[in-house]
Amino acid sequence: MDILTWITFSPLLFIPILLLLPENRKNAIRWTAAAGTAVPLALAVYLYGAFDRTLAGINEPGSFQFVVRNPWIESFSIEYYMGIDGLSVTMVLLTALLSFLCIFASFGIDRGLRGYFSLFLLLEVGMMGVFCALDFFLFYLFWEIMLLPMYFLIGVWGGPRKVYAAIKFFLYTLFGSVLMLLCILALYFKGGHTFDMVRLMNGAVESGSIGLFGTALGFGKAIFIGLFIGFAIKVPIFPFHTWLPDAHVEAPTPISVILAGVLLKMGTYGMLRISYPILPEATRWFAPALATFALVNIVYGALCAMAQKDLKKLIAYSSISHMGFVLLGMSSGTVQGMNGAVLQMFNHGTITAMLFLLVGVIYDRAHHREIEGFGGLAGRTPIYATFSALAFFAAIGLPGLSGFISEALVLIGGFRAFPALTILCASGIVLGAAYMLWTYQRIFLGPLNEKYSALPEIDGREIFTLAPLAALAVLLGFYPHPILGMMQSSMSHLVRAVWG
Amino acid sequence: MNGTVLGNVESIRYFLPEIVLVGTILAVIAFELLAGRGRAPEPPTAIGRRSPVCDGTLAIGLLGVAGSLAALLSLGYEGPLLLFEGAIAWDPFSIFFRWFFLAVAAAVLLIAHPYRPLVCLHYGEFVSLVVGTAFGMMLLASSTNLLLVYLALEMVSLPSYILAGFLRGDRKSSEAALKYAVYGAAASGAMLYGFSFLYGMTGSIHFFEMREAIASGGIPVVHLLVPIVLVLAGFGYKIAAVPFHMWAPDVYEGSATPITAFFSVGPKAAGLAVLIRFFHSVFAAGGEASLRVIGSVDWTLLLAILSAITMTLGNLAAIGQDNLKRMLAYSSIAHAGTMLMGAVVLGGSGVHAILFYLVVYAFMNLGAFLVVIAISIDKRRETIADFRGLGWRMPFLGVSMTVFLLSLTGVPPTAGFVAKFAILRALIEEEIYWLAVIGVLNTVVSLYYYARVIKAMFLDAPDPTEPALPSLSRIHLALLALFLVPTILLGFRFGVLDAIAAASRFLVVGS
Repeated sequence: MDILTWITFSPLLFIPILLLLPENRKNAIRWTAAAGTAVPLALAVYLYGAFDRTLAGINEPGSFQFVVRNPWIESFSIEYYMGIDGLSVTMVLLTALLSFLCIFASFGIDRGLRGYFSLFLLLEVGMMGVFCALDFFLFYLFWEIMLLPMYFLIGVWGGPRKVYAAIKFFLYTLFGSVLMLLCILALYFKGGHTFDMVRLMNGAVESGSIGLFGTALGFGKAIFIGLFIGFAIKVPIFPFHTWLPDAHVEAPTPISVILAGVLLKMGTYGMLRISYPILPEATRWFAPALATFALVNIVYGALCAMAQKDLKKLIAYSSISHMGFVLLGMSSGTVQGMNGAVLQMFNHGTITAMLFLLVGVIYDRAHHREIEGFGGLAGRTPIYATFSALAFFAAIGLPGLSGFISEALVLIGGFRAFPALTILCASGIVLGAAYMLWTYQRIFLGPLNEKYSALPEIDGREIFTLAPLAALAVLLGFYPHPILGMMQSSMSHLVRAVWG
Repeated sequence: MNGTVLGNVESIRYFLPEIVLVGTILAVIAFELLAGRGRAPEPPTAIGRRSPVCDGTLAIGLLGVAGSLAALLSLGYEGPLLLFEGAIAWDPFSIFFRWFFLAVAAAVLLIAHPYRPLVCLHYGEFVSLVVGTAFGMMLLASSTNLLLVYLALEMVSLPSYILAGFLRGDRKSSEAALKYAVYGAAASGAMLYGFSFLYGMTGSIHFFEMREAIASGGIPVVHLLVPIVLVLAGFGYKIAAVPFHMWAPDVYEGSATPITAFFSVGPKAAGLAVLIRFFHSVFAAGGEASLRVIGSVDWTLLLAILSAITMTLGNLAAIGQDNLKRMLAYSSIAHAGTMLMGAVVLGGSGVHAILFYLVVYAFMNLGAFLVVIAISIDKRRETIADFRGLGWRMPFLGVSMTVFLLSLTGVPPTAGFVAKFAILRALIEEEIYWLAVIGVLNTVVSLYYYARVIKAMFLDAPDPTEPALPSLSRIHLALLALFLVPTILLGFRFGVLDAIAAASRFLVVGS
């Protein structure tokens, strides 16, 4: 059984069922959608057990696991080529988990359910596909398939400025991906007519140069920059980030979770999967610049977060800051840094998901997200306050919670490569603590805002969506091995492949 | 590839598809005269009623087109020929276009059938004009002789002018016809002037003899540049390439929508076909793999600039349009620019990509127009505001339109993406990076206006006061499926179409 095909496409099988159900059978629709995401989750659990942690993958075609490889369109030498290694398996796990939980977070959606859940399942197909594809054309298809469901999910079910946010997201990401398309084609011809990523990695494609509008640049560097813009928009890296606050704020809660939890990771995943091993020389050339981008992201994101009055926007900006740590780890060229980067991708996925879910909980009850508009909720809703405390502290990077391990690894790795810059980056943690604690204090501590003296406590469904993530944050804080162990051999191999 | 020259009598056999079409035109006219004798022409207000005469003329028209296709099929293909002493090419390229134009003509006849403003309004004339245009387009795509190019171009243009003005009571339609005719006269005049230069310098009107003269050198830059620009004006007018596109928005808006759909695919493809054949067999030499520009003018650069301007202006102008037909007019200008990018690439890969693109473009563009036609059967609903909430009121139409628009944008997984991909592939292979970059940036611009329609259909609430939309006629439903399925399917499985385009890219380049 080719498990990767099933994990990617099984949600698709549930879309016709959804569309056949009558619109007023809301619970049937919801549970069908839940079943559609449960299949990939079950397969992901199986993958977790069956995955061989000693195999590296990255640029060794033989050591990818669960490989499916069939010719697809031979005249274009496009293949249906899927496989995972330590880098992608963590992202597959994250995607399966968050998609499943988000279905339950979507139970509050009450109009156009069939459309909503169909698009959601289509979105999951795209996300899984991106992380499993090893053929560049296939990768691009999956990458683009996500745009359309995302556009509708934000545009139809989003907040007041949804239309603006949706088209901005669509245009920004399409801009990035068309540049990527050109790079894919250039690599195709350079690598001897192949879209096979692994073959490109071993093809030494960096020689030569490209002339464009009167300037000439080394082939590898030009392609790296083209791909970088495409990926940077997804991460997002300053100055390509302006779509993010709009999209995150206007999207319905579960979609914000997917955006922050999975879609942002695709940018950094793309760099690690594609740019790094295919263009190692350009990667080394670009590393200092990437570290600088990391610093800007960390500090700029944190400062912006500090200035926000809207809780959701604050978390959106904090994502920019935390993704900066991923970039710092990636630029370091050390095993610790790289491991930290990927672990941070996973941890940020779970922690930010929690934060957005928590915002959703309070928004559903109070119908606003003004930080100043609350106060003293800890006494009124203690369970909610506890989950929030855990999520906030995990986001700050408190020792004992998952965010700490990954950020510490990143800083250790980063310090060896760029000591001065890393010290500046560490200031981001201080800033993070400042805005998070200040926010927590304004919402949960102090005298209870009388308006919310009857605020209902978090309910069972919401706890169900939060508890697994909270458990992960605690578990990975003490014992990161379950995730770290899966990626280690791949990441050390990647460091060797790029930095020698 | 070199072709065998056939004499006039032997050639007739291969001209059978065209002869059948001409016969069809006569048959349609005769049938309407005889069957419709004694009846007063039904006024256009009698919408919805279709007389047996109407159905009869349509049936004859479709039978004729089918007969022509059958003739084409029965002839088979044994190798490139040059018919009528070298005036008409019988090569894979021209056979591809014969198929293409016949299919487009049949599709347009069917699309127009339930469209009430056209029905019973001299329907026989409509059918014969469409078939006549198809005949002209087939001729245009296969001419290898300046005189015939001119005649064929006029054979396309003259019926088009009448078609544009077909809604006789309608001021906009009349304006469209006049504009089309005036621009067309100017453009073909310019082209004819260019031809006279070429004839003067090369001493021949046959493409291959002209190439010999140009290849032998000695013609100064200016003496070649002037006719090339003039000829480009003529072809560019048919393709609606900037700066020869001014007529397009008004003509597209004013004409009856099925006719607009026809203009946006048929004559545009014919213009591209003649442009490719003319430049690739007069101003380029060498084999299939090593085709290179001859003469002192680098016309590929000229075409590259033309395509860049066409795409960019077409897309930018489309952004501001609220009338969907105008928007699709500008979008079709932009698509012409995209296809011209393929013509920049010499050698087979560019032509290959264009042929692929044309087929996909026909499906998605006719599909988009079909949706506009389907909802404006009883009254004009052509603005974006008319599409508000369509996705919720008529989900099948809304979803189909979304697929067509995304395909026009070039977003995977649709056929439009693969088509754009094929063009870009040809460009990148030749390392024409700058044009490829402009091309993909234009994709982003185009998303903006296509998404406006999608937004209106799904993100805006329907206007509750709006009366119910007309239900979809069976012909339209069938056609919609016919356009929709390939638009999606070719996004995944394009091997067969790719093979057809690859096999059809060969032009006869000598005898």
